Amino acid sequence: MQLFFALLSGLLISAGIAVSKMIDPQKVLGFLDLTGNWDPSLALVMAAALVVYTIGYKLSLKKGAPLLSTGFALPSKQQLDRSLLIGAAIFGVGWGLAGYCPGPAIAALPAAGSGTAGFVAMMIIGWFIAGKVPLKK
Amino acid sequence: MDNFTPISALVGGSLIGLGTLLLLVTLGRIAGISGIASQALFQRDGRSWRLAFVAGLLLGPLLVGLAISDFSFSTPDLNSRTLIAGLLVGLGTAWGSGCTSGHGICGIGRFSPRSIAATMMFMATGVVVASFF
Repeated sequence: MQLFFALLSGLLISAGIAVSKMIDPQKVLGFLDLTGNWDPSLALVMAAALVVYTIGYKLSLKKGAPLLSTGFALPSKQQLDRSLLIGAAIFGVGWGLAGYCPGPAIAALPAAGSGTAGFVAMMIIGWFIAGKVPLKK
Repeated sequence: MDNFTPISALVGGSLIGLGTLLLLVTLGRIAGISGIASQALFQRDGRSWRLAFVAGLLLGPLLVGLAISDFSFSTPDLNSRTLIAGLLVGLGTAWGSGCTSGHGICGIGRFSPRSIAATMMFMATGVVVASFF
């Protein structure tokens, strides 16, 4: 059951990425590039997702425990640190260069060409390197 | 703003919200794509549900393609810009503990100060790079 709902969760998310056209890096760059013909679509995608998630999060915490697990595994850290902010800044640079964040790049993989495959391969190498070389907090 | 697509943005965004919420309600997990995908590859513990989640990510757009006849999207060329971008996204999401889904949706949805700061940061650098480079 855990596996089925994990698969369904991934499927709904990537279907949403496809329907909202965020699977197209040109669409994402249309939002990030303020100098051209600006496209606010990405903001609306995030707003809709946030409304659904925030309401559902409040309701599900009231239930006390998830349906298929003994407890919620939620990050408890509150303080900002160097690694978080530098990491997020570096991620944004990559996002702005190609218009891909991890979700759309992975979602596009089966239907896309060598550019997407190269991006994902380098992203995996980045995860591996960062796992070996953590940034100072 | 003639390229603004509000209806598909609202429908697609709601689907993303439902998918991230489903993982919270069932497995009690944050649907952070960078974390789940990288741990599916590099961490033995809890690998099976993470692989199932990634399999779902790969399947979704194929189903949308079957349902919508004129579904198409552009993909980047294989060049140094695309490859450097991929490396930076990998490094940055690992060091920064999350991406657009984990920080931008799940984290902000939980009012996490770390996720709000991270999202403001990657939005800012993303806008600067996309606008001027």
